[in-house]
Amino acid sequence: MDKANGTGATVEKTPAQTAAFAASIKRGRLRRILRTSTFRLVAVYLFIFALSVGAVLGYTYWQAQRLLHAQIEQTIAADVRGIAEQYAVNGLPGVMAVLRARMRKGAAAGGLYLLADPAGKPLAGNLPGLPAEARGIDHSGWLDFRIRVATPAGPRTRHVRAYYIRLNNGFHLLIGRDIEQLFQFGRVIRNLLFWVLGLTALLGVGGGLLLSRNFLRRIDGITASVRSIRAGRLARRVPVEGSGDELDRLAESLNDMLDQIERLMQGMREVSSNIAHDLKTPLTRLKAQAEDALRAGDEAHRRAALEATIAQADELLRTFNSLLLIARAEAGQARAGFSEVDVAEVAREVAELYEPLVEEQGGRFTLDVPARVRITGDRQLIAQALVNLLDNALKYGRHPERHPEIAVSVRALPERVELVVADNGPGVPEDMREKVKERFVRMDKARSKPGSGLGLSLVASIARLHGGELVLEDNQPGLRAVLRLPVRQNGGKGKAPGAA
Amino acid sequence: MHILVIEDDREAANWLLKGLREAGHVADLAATGPEGLEMARERDYDVLIVDRMLPGMDGLAIVRTLREEGNQTPALFLSALGEVEDKVEGLRAGGDDYLAKPYSFSELLARVEVLGRRKTAEPVQTRLRVGDMEMDLLKRRVTRAGKEILLQPREFKLLEYLMRNAGNVVTRTMLLENVWNYHFDPQTNVIDVHISRLRGKIDKEFDKPMLHTVRGAGYVLKAPEE
Repeated sequence: MDKANGTGATVEKTPAQTAAFAASIKRGRLRRILRTSTFRLVAVYLFIFALSVGAVLGYTYWQAQRLLHAQIEQTIAADVRGIAEQYAVNGLPGVMAVLRARMRKGAAAGGLYLLADPAGKPLAGNLPGLPAEARGIDHSGWLDFRIRVATPAGPRTRHVRAYYIRLNNGFHLLIGRDIEQLFQFGRVIRNLLFWVLGLTALLGVGGGLLLSRNFLRRIDGITASVRSIRAGRLARRVPVEGSGDELDRLAESLNDMLDQIERLMQGMREVSSNIAHDLKTPLTRLKAQAEDALRAGDEAHRRAALEATIAQADELLRTFNSLLLIARAEAGQARAGFSEVDVAEVAREVAELYEPLVEEQGGRFTLDVPARVRITGDRQLIAQALVNLLDNALKYGRHPERHPEIAVSVRALPERVELVVADNGPGVPEDMREKVKERFVRMDKARSKPGSGLGLSLVASIARLHGGELVLEDNQPGLRAVLRLPVRQNGGKGKAPGAA
Repeated sequence: MHILVIEDDREAANWLLKGLREAGHVADLAATGPEGLEMARERDYDVLIVDRMLPGMDGLAIVRTLREEGNQTPALFLSALGEVEDKVEGLRAGGDDYLAKPYSFSELLARVEVLGRRKTAEPVQTRLRVGDMEMDLLKRRVTRAGKEILLQPREFKLLEYLMRNAGNVVTRTMLLENVWNYHFDPQTNVIDVHISRLRGKIDKEFDKPMLHTVRGAGYVLKAPEE
């Protein structure tokens, strides 16, 4: 950080530098806060709020002004009618008498009057003189003007609204009201508007900053954890505050995802070392067969060796395909292709495919399947799982002293479906039943029979993909492989894959 | 048969061309997508072999474009992507078959020859005939030399597929895909048993067999040579 100061030398920072640095950090932080979605949301909300407050107050102001103006004008108009009557009956002296009488009564209830001769000289009334606005017009009508009056606190300007009448003989008559209060009222409303808006903005910005800072702090926590995980500290998890809000939910889903990734990586590590180990054997055989073909003297020998090489290569490819399928099932991608599957029909079809083979080998095949059992899943994968179990039963389920008996059945329970493939072979000892479901684990240690050691792991993966499981049981005698699949997919996480 | 191979991998392409020519076909090569599309438009090929991933233009796009232009030349996709969904995607784009890499040449050849035959076959058939064997698809009846042969539903489907592709080699995988609709290979050769049962019904009582095994490839049904 020192180098950022530009000198490159290790000089002690002056307090001013430190302060500037701190300020620049603060500015950066403030900029980030201002960019948060919370702050923006608050700002937008504030704007809308201020706009509506402004509109309400503005409308109130406008309506009140209109009403008050109308009232004053009505009052003046009534006054005008009274004086006009006097003028009609008694002429100018009558008007003067009325005005004088009004003056005597004090402030004449806020009324302002003036009678002036054609030259503009005041004759009666309480207005100091004919205002400039009234000179030079020759018709009657409304006038707005200002007068200066003496008050105990000194001279003040006051607003006046008046009705101007040009009498027949050229005399001027003004009848008005002091509307200063009206102006005051307007000013108060305007001030109120200003303060309300100002305060709203202040509170809004402050609150927005506060809220955003809190939000930013938690997001920063999540970002820091993610960075640290990316830097290699894989065991770290995103902090969860425990309030159960949306950020907590996000943190929890992130943590679930990280757990899943860690499990998958763990599985990958195990599998890669297993693959490396287990592919060596078939590759060595492949190489030996190719060398044998190269050495072969006669055509028939060479042909046989080459055919064996190809068969070995096919075997390897099958292993790879199984590995890919398992990987895909483990990753859960295949769930996108799920639809409604009648597992009873799948079982019938697979049974129909295998029955001749079992009979060919001198065995007995039985099928016990209800009419229709529907679940949500992948038809191809469920069929493949059954085929693998049948392949297994045919290959490893043979007892030297017994005729093979293979039974396929489907059982529909309320929550799940069980697909069972049972044989009467040597079975699998209890302590091996979990182990054989792992990749490349084979009972046949000598690897004398063909097979990749992936058949049951693929079945187990397919079961897990469907949110179910593969259970191996004792068939007394023989092995009973039960593929348990839930009837409905629970859209959520599904079952966590166990030991991969 | 005149075949166009659209494949950017030189080595794989040369191996393919050599194999196809040895099998008696005329094969051209296009190394890029646009070049392949141009050639497919210009000449009247019997079958296109199209790699999914190509420089310039995706294999799917080539076939889709051809189909939009009304070109119905059968197309077989080759791809390193072997999942069922990829297959569906390929067929939806107008492809007629799909083969995942790595494949064996005999598998490819069998599929190409079946596709090439399809181009000339009449659209709707209610009767199939190979030699003295006859299949009535409406009455679901099979006779050989006038004698009725009773078949299970699946055996009927199997024989129908073999008769539709009579004279061509069909592989076990092709049978699994087309007769059983399974897109995976079982470890054991279950198909062999079904074939031998069918053979027992259609060939056993007659002097000349029609259903033959082709070593290292698959099976072929053909009329006995007189």
